[in-house]
Amino acid sequence: MTTISYRAGSFVRNGYGFRTAIRMEWHKLRSVRSTWWIVASFAVSLAAVALLVLGHEGYARLSAADRASFDPLHDTFIGLVLGQLLTGTLSVLTITTEFSSGMIRSTFAAVPRRSLVLVAKAAVLGAVTLAAGEIVAFVAYAAGQAALQAPAPHATLGQPGVMRAVLLAGAYPALIALIGLGVGALVRHTAGAICALVGVLFVLPLLFFSPSLQNAAQNFLPHGMANSMTAVKPLAHALPPALLFALLCGYAVAALAAGAWALTRRDA
Amino acid sequence: MTTIEARGLIKRYRSTLAVDRLTFDVHPGTVTGFLGPNGAGKSTTMRMIMGLDRPDAGQVRIGGRRYGDLRWPLREVGAMLEAKAFHPGRTARAHLTALAASNGIGRQRVDEVLAITGMDKAADRRAGKFSLGMSQRLGIAAALLGDPGVLLLDEPVNGLDPEGIRWIRHLMKNLANQGRTVLVSSHLISEIAHTADALIVIGQGHLLAQTTVAQLSARTGSLEEAFFQLTAGVTDYRGNNYQGNLT
Repeated sequence: MTTISYRAGSFVRNGYGFRTAIRMEWHKLRSVRSTWWIVASFAVSLAAVALLVLGHEGYARLSAADRASFDPLHDTFIGLVLGQLLTGTLSVLTITTEFSSGMIRSTFAAVPRRSLVLVAKAAVLGAVTLAAGEIVAFVAYAAGQAALQAPAPHATLGQPGVMRAVLLAGAYPALIALIGLGVGALVRHTAGAICALVGVLFVLPLLFFSPSLQNAAQNFLPHGMANSMTAVKPLAHALPPALLFALLCGYAVAALAAGAWALTRRDA
Repeated sequence: MTTIEARGLIKRYRSTLAVDRLTFDVHPGTVTGFLGPNGAGKSTTMRMIMGLDRPDAGQVRIGGRRYGDLRWPLREVGAMLEAKAFHPGRTARAHLTALAASNGIGRQRVDEVLAITGMDKAADRRAGKFSLGMSQRLGIAAALLGDPGVLLLDEPVNGLDPEGIRWIRHLMKNLANQGRTVLVSSHLISEIAHTADALIVIGQGHLLAQTTVAQLSARTGSLEEAFFQLTAGVTDYRGNNYQGNLT
């Protein structure tokens, strides 16, 4: 009987549930200074890199072949190299600092369903990083195009693939944030979780050194996938952007599922 | 009126048996002292009551329900299991506001518990800067947040100044007099003698006695002496009688 009324509680506000857990996680995220430092660094790095890179594109010096394959957007989002690490770190911290401080026991005392805590964290972090990512992606796009000098061809949002590239550039850091949250729930320690994330984002691609392996890296490792998702002209051997996006969403779901499994199984 | 019922609790950490077939009841309307030497299993047992650690066997019910089945946990059970169960970068008020939000508790209750614990002036300071005594007060504020019928306090007097110790004694007695269930652990016998009426004594994870302070101290005349007799065989960490060698 208790179980039934408790289940119903999530919907009729007759007990804690998704809505109250979200409110808790939102209060937690915004009341820690590092959140806003990280979001600000994320915004600055993406926009500044776009400005710098497209301002020094050197189109005039390119060969005819290079001009033919010139992608007016492609380098705009190079700042994602740093940006992905910032959103990933933000979400790692939201869970590992709870374990290091003992806050996690206050959290689980308030919301005993641990998978619900992780889902609420994912929803709040996902919303914040997606909103920040999309705003910053459009700002970076505009800054990059403004910095790009004639005779280089400029992109407009109406051209095929441009809107998709900008939207996916904004969504990518949010997906890395969700992967980071899952890794953080699994590893529990800040340094260990960030190392794991750096390993996946930066070290793993180095192991894919031969040309045939590089195709795999481009299609199956997050940063390679980001390159293809944010390019207007398709890269050789790349899977379609929509498929890469779906695959990356799958990675995020898998990481969160592993994190939820670890949270519910282990003692807090 | 809520009773905590532990039945045959067993908790093993790798090779050590932290809690061994522990069975006891904690009744409402009285302060129950939870006494035992360091490493006796007090904190482990409290974590199992809260559903934070999973027992290897046995079960514990709060008013007939598992902790995980409570609909508004903070409104039914308030706990301070460790002094610093908060993020050091968050202010006391933000910490309490976040917890309150999870259980549909209004913001004015946050101000109330800050006032009750004497934390109103420190409410907007970051909790990482607090002394141990201030951290304890914040922990107690969090425990009181949902005005719960059951309170679990693990070593609440640690780090409190004499005024704070007197305050928490009165607080616990008042809460019990209102009909609430209050379980307070301590390794300080004199502290338990001041506040508790009922007593649960454990050692090496075993129940040594479920009794009252009056009964136990009647055996030998002093609670302290009775406690040492009770725990004689089950104390893990004991210093030696150091004579010194100054010449």
